[in-house]
Amino acid sequence: MARIDLVDLAHSYLVGDNLPPAAYALKPVSMTWRQGGAYALLGPSGCGKTTLLNLISGIVTPSRGKILFDGKDVTQLSTRERNIAQVFQFPVIYDTMTVQENLEFPLKNRGVPKPEIDKRVAEIADLLDLTPHLRRKATRLTADAKQKISLGRGLVRSDVAAILFDEPLTVIDPHLKWELRSKLKALHRALDLTMIYVTHDQTEALTFADTVVVMHDGRVVQSGTPEELFEKPAHTFVGYFIGSPGMNIVPAQVRGREALLDGHGIALARGYDNLPAGAKIEIGVRPEFVHLTAKAPGLLSGRIERIDDLGRIRFAWVRVGGVRFAARVPDGFSAAGDEAGLMIEPSRIHVYADSEIVEGRSLEQVA
Amino acid sequence: MEKIVNQKAWFLVLPVFAIVAFSAILPLMTVVNYSVQDTFGNNQFFWNGVGWFKELLDPSTDLGGRFFASLWRNLAFSAIILAIEVPLGIVVALAMPRHGWSVAACLVIMALPLLIPWNVVGTIWQIFGRPDIGLLGYTLNGLGINYNYVSNEFDAWATVVVMDVWHWTSLVALLCYAGLKSIPDAYYQAAQIDGASRWAVFKAIQLPKMHRVLLIAVLLRFMDSFMIYTEPFVVTGGGPGNSTTFISIELVKIALGQFDLGKAAALSIVYNLIIIIVCWVFYTVMTNAGAERRPTEGSV
Repeated sequence: MARIDLVDLAHSYLVGDNLPPAAYALKPVSMTWRQGGAYALLGPSGCGKTTLLNLISGIVTPSRGKILFDGKDVTQLSTRERNIAQVFQFPVIYDTMTVQENLEFPLKNRGVPKPEIDKRVAEIADLLDLTPHLRRKATRLTADAKQKISLGRGLVRSDVAAILFDEPLTVIDPHLKWELRSKLKALHRALDLTMIYVTHDQTEALTFADTVVVMHDGRVVQSGTPEELFEKPAHTFVGYFIGSPGMNIVPAQVRGREALLDGHGIALARGYDNLPAGAKIEIGVRPEFVHLTAKAPGLLSGRIERIDDLGRIRFAWVRVGGVRFAARVPDGFSAAGDEAGLMIEPSRIHVYADSEIVEGRSLEQVA
Repeated sequence: MEKIVNQKAWFLVLPVFAIVAFSAILPLMTVVNYSVQDTFGNNQFFWNGVGWFKELLDPSTDLGGRFFASLWRNLAFSAIILAIEVPLGIVVALAMPRHGWSVAACLVIMALPLLIPWNVVGTIWQIFGRPDIGLLGYTLNGLGINYNYVSNEFDAWATVVVMDVWHWTSLVALLCYAGLKSIPDAYYQAAQIDGASRWAVFKAIQLPKMHRVLLIAVLLRFMDSFMIYTEPFVVTGGGPGNSTTFISIELVKIALGQFDLGKAAALSIVYNLIIIIVCWVFYTVMTNAGAERRPTEGSV
């Protein structure tokens, strides 16, 4: 169990000095992973999340920067010396061994005394419902049973600094996924372990973790609670990657407390007279905070292209000039013709300069 | 659905049947024909029944004695070269690089001995081992080791064995390498995480994954070494004495040297049967092992 600090950590799979920034699979990042935290590392394929995970576990040695476990520099230490557990995307099992021997393997290799091995293995097997299969050859089990064994091998050591999961539920059936994820969550609470869970599935990330770290193009773009990611995305990528449908992000001219979109003024809750010159300015607002209403003077309006019924909630796609908005359709709303108005909650609108969020100044500050 | 029965489909098999008949069945039947008769030339044949076979399988006769002596030599030779080539091949495969430009270089160098014709290999080693002009023989004798494969039985065997190891270890190594390459990196990473030692990685991951290719390698090397003819014939000619006379060499002596076609045919058939039986045993073992490994049952 340990707190993990990343200090200016970066990695490129190419070798050499003065590499262009694009050559880095992981661009420089400094951050802290709290002892006992449940983290999700979320991002699309190829965003560098597995690289970051392998750097922490020691499978990959970073091109630059340092990794500290509880303040101790472990950058050059091997995986074994770091005392990390990691579970991979596809099940890794030792073919010739039984389920029991597979679970014992990490403990035996570290010379743990026999009674303690038996106790731990029994505990973990019980937790993962593997007890009836302990005596069976591991090769003869199905993919999800095999992945449970991999999970078990990750969990069986009680003294690990952290457990890293690299999309471990990819091969598992959907109904088991839910169950296993709850188990991991329960385990996290019971054992006070630091867990880092890599995934490209936002539901998985948001349900598992208390802190979600979003990565994009080799960079960590935001790290925060699920609420923070939803309510105040720090980067336009977080806006549209999280949420379904994603955030409305549209180019606009912003002056003071007003945004000009397609010649139409939209009121903002904060003042923005501090925008960098020459930057690409966009405003973003979650569809949940854009309400579809009847067309009225003074309101942004557009043509309804489509309405998606998601069961509990309906979203309309509305074309406003050159851009398209997703907007929430209130219960009982029926459109009179194609045209409709959009009512946007001013406090929910965020302004982005070159994709990064700009903190506006609240009224009092301006006044 | 009703299965359609159309006996005319047998005609489709005819071409293959004809080819196999001319390439295998007819020649084999000729051998069978010889094995039950005696001939004194001039196309005169006398019926002998199972006489040759009885003589062949009775160690007290001249033919039987020679057959069993050469059979043991063959078995010993196969056992020795398997005991050397399989572990050595595994070690070489493990030592080969997994990534980078050196992989291609390694593969080419490894494949070179396999491309050399048998009799050339024999000639190379025959000259290489000569005490007067051969580099190996001259050097060994220069070092005070009395080495002469023409007169010393042990030296002759050592030469033939080393020659075979030189020629064929690459095959085992390349097969093992293919097996090793098929292991995903995640296995090694998981073993690293689990704190496995080098030996544990070999035992728990690499050896089980090489299991199938190793069986193929053992089968190929057994068959090939059991049928060995050219190399020892070129190097030692079966000597000194009869010490390196393997079954195939004995067979050629009987058939072409003594022109005892009946005896030679009987020996050919028995020789062939031994190889087919061993093949069958290996095949059964391999397919059974494969079936056992397939995940068959049970979700959790």
